Amino acid sequence: MKNIFTALVAGAALMAASGAVAQEIRIGIAQEPSSIDPHFHNLGPNNGFLSHIYERMVEQDSKQRLRPGLAVSWKPISETVWEFKLRKGVKWHDGSPFTADDVVFTAERAVNVPNSPSSFGTYLKGKTFTKIDDYTVHVSTPKPYPLMVTEMSTIMIISKKNAQGAQTKDFNLGPAAIGTGPYKFVKWQKGDVIEFARNDDYWGGRPKWSKVILKPISSAPTRVAALLAGDVDMIDGVPTADIETLKGNPKVKLSQGISNRVIYLHLDQKRDNSPFVTDKNGNPMDKNPLKDVRVRKAISKLINRPAIVEKVMEGIAIPAGQLVSETFFGNTPNLKPEAFDPAAAKKLLGEAGWGDGFGLTIHGPNNRYINDAKIAEAIAQMLTRGGIVTKVVTMPKNVYFKRASRGGPENSPEFSFILVGWGSGTGEASSPLKSLLTTYDKSKGHGASNRGRHSNPKMDALVVQALATVDDAKRKTLLQKATEVGIGEDQGIIPLHYQVNTWATRPGLRYDARTDERTLAMDIKVVK
Amino acid sequence: MSVFIIRRLLQSIVVIWVMSLLVFGGVYLIGDPIDMLINPEADQEDIEAAIRALGLDKPIHEQYWYFLANALKGDLGKSFIFSEPALQLILARAPATMELAIVASLMSIMLGIPLGMWAGLKPDSIAGKSIMTGSILGFSLPSFWVGILFIMLFAVMLGVLPAGGRGPTTEFLGLQVSFLSAKGLSHILLPAVNLALFKLSLVIRLSRAGTQEVIHQDYIKFARAKGLSERRIILVHVLKNILIPVVTVIGLEFGSVIAFAVVTETVFAWPGMGKLIIESIDQLDRPVIVAYLMIIVFMFIVINLLVDILYSILDPRVRLQDIRA
Repeated sequence: MKNIFTALVAGAALMAASGAVAQEIRIGIAQEPSSIDPHFHNLGPNNGFLSHIYERMVEQDSKQRLRPGLAVSWKPISETVWEFKLRKGVKWHDGSPFTADDVVFTAERAVNVPNSPSSFGTYLKGKTFTKIDDYTVHVSTPKPYPLMVTEMSTIMIISKKNAQGAQTKDFNLGPAAIGTGPYKFVKWQKGDVIEFARNDDYWGGRPKWSKVILKPISSAPTRVAALLAGDVDMIDGVPTADIETLKGNPKVKLSQGISNRVIYLHLDQKRDNSPFVTDKNGNPMDKNPLKDVRVRKAISKLINRPAIVEKVMEGIAIPAGQLVSETFFGNTPNLKPEAFDPAAAKKLLGEAGWGDGFGLTIHGPNNRYINDAKIAEAIAQMLTRGGIVTKVVTMPKNVYFKRASRGGPENSPEFSFILVGWGSGTGEASSPLKSLLTTYDKSKGHGASNRGRHSNPKMDALVVQALATVDDAKRKTLLQKATEVGIGEDQGIIPLHYQVNTWATRPGLRYDARTDERTLAMDIKVVK
Repeated sequence: MSVFIIRRLLQSIVVIWVMSLLVFGGVYLIGDPIDMLINPEADQEDIEAAIRALGLDKPIHEQYWYFLANALKGDLGKSFIFSEPALQLILARAPATMELAIVASLMSIMLGIPLGMWAGLKPDSIAGKSIMTGSILGFSLPSFWVGILFIMLFAVMLGVLPAGGRGPTTEFLGLQVSFLSAKGLSHILLPAVNLALFKLSLVIRLSRAGTQEVIHQDYIKFARAKGLSERRIILVHVLKNILIPVVTVIGLEFGSVIAFAVVTETVFAWPGMGKLIIESIDQLDRPVIVAYLMIIVFMFIVINLLVDILYSILDPRVRLQDIRA
């Protein structure tokens, strides 16, 4: 024991010494980005980690509120044109100046990346970028476009001089990976290490760390062990099962924060003979009780959210009543998490003519969200207790998501009752409303992830109106109303809880937990 | 012998082709990665564009035909996730895995043969019995559990070895290797021992059984009668004769060490092919999965061939012949 203690002290001393000299920060990350090209793959890890190198015109702070980035100000100058004033005196990592040409170049390049598995066209289509002078850019759209500023907080700006004609591999190898951000790209050895070095000329002041080293460690126990062993200074994705033990460990400090991800249930509201809705004995029916709003409400009331948070999530989640939590734009104060009320549920089921109950199968992934399979099991038990005999089927995400979105005939969703999550990347309520609750319509791009096919023209109209209202206050009211209709009145989906993310650091550091789940060296604070 | 080798190689092409067909079909049946790769905010049009970008809109036989035509030109397709040639992606990770496998194999040979012989020569001694009991543990403990235990013990509690990763590498014959620096060695030690454990037990058991069989044979008795030293009897006459089964097994096992380094690499965050394949399966990166399995199958075939050849050299009674079904 004494030996172990000596070793610990020696280790800690060594760590402190190296920390003081080198000012390096080493981070163990759960998921590695797939490229250094900021426009190759529009997805979480890439958009997060590449923020060390590149910047956007508008940035999102740790609570996803918008703040000036490479643009210092913006305003709509007509119904369909937004003006962005760019920051002066910003230099690229190679020393050349940042100008409007780079922004216009980025907008052209970002939509044309070969083999991109998820393109930034999602945010750029229909927008025309025009350079007015070196530090002014106009972006015009065919119709009024209130989400302009929000969407500009997704596009990382690259250098025209260094990236013209560059392919994804030119970024991965380094020559084109020139940004304006606080850290410069040094190297990426896939699966092993990503290294950034301080950008001493950063316009926002000298960054804290001389070197940022990201180590992809996908196995959660190994990641925790790497922190405990002092191999890394911080890790993300701390498993909920370890949180209690880590809390009592003096070598570890935890940083927690609510995320923008809501875990919820979709219910099939389209098919009359939904494949996984049966009678109590498991026989198919030609009537689908999930189409009745009273049944959907009853299901919501049968779910004991505090119990799920307490028992399944070990207290690391927050019960949800809508798509985004309080700090987000579009949250409505009128919708609270549904209270557990089996008596009211029973009454509703009786009124709907399903007092005897029916059979249901819940489908869910088992390796995508925190404790996903256990949540599905808990829900099945709660519903079964309330008379809706529920079976559970969970599967790996690589099998699940395709079947859940287009595994049925004619690319329709295969399942009847599913568990999913949604992270609001834009930090406001319009994107989940549009994707999850508006009527599925390919030509309008509505309801792309509406796997329950909820449909209510009244709500559609509110969302469409919101998406064309530039005035923030008015748009907010419209989004709140749409949420109240889609979830409050219709129960189009059943929200369960907001995920809470946990980071762990060595003592002396604190992470400013980000709602967008990103792990950034810039948000690590040194504390005494 | 050359006819034998040529025919073996031709057979291997058929095996590889059948394998590619099976894997291609299998991964297709599971699904495609689009729904995991696409940003949730993408609309239907974006999703279709992504499906087209990866060539997944075509019918499966057309996709396979396209793959086959390119494969014949040496192009095994581009990774869906990284947009880099799958082959290049895998080969870039190969040195890390090979290094780990070689170190693990050497460990199991250098420790396994002496320990096994000891247990065979002195089966009733305490040491002999402990070696055999230990080898049962090596066989039966799941390697991910042992790996995590190693990390907890040596990295977290004692703090003497790093918890994972490859550490700094040095260039050696144009490859990046860890074993040339002290820091690199400290990184490779735990994963190598973890990977070697199973094979070590295997070698111990084979050497022990071989020793016990050989030690009672007439030529050993004759050697003793001739008055040769015990040392010479064991190191020359016994050792040589137990090597045949050991070489066969080590050879065949070398393939499986590489193929199944998957678990060790994941536990120790070792940036080798195994970690890549696990992540590729997780994300249904079909080109990488297919290319990896083709490489592994090819490797098994080559190793089998080499073992057969080596076998015929070690044991002059064996002649290379075709095995016809």
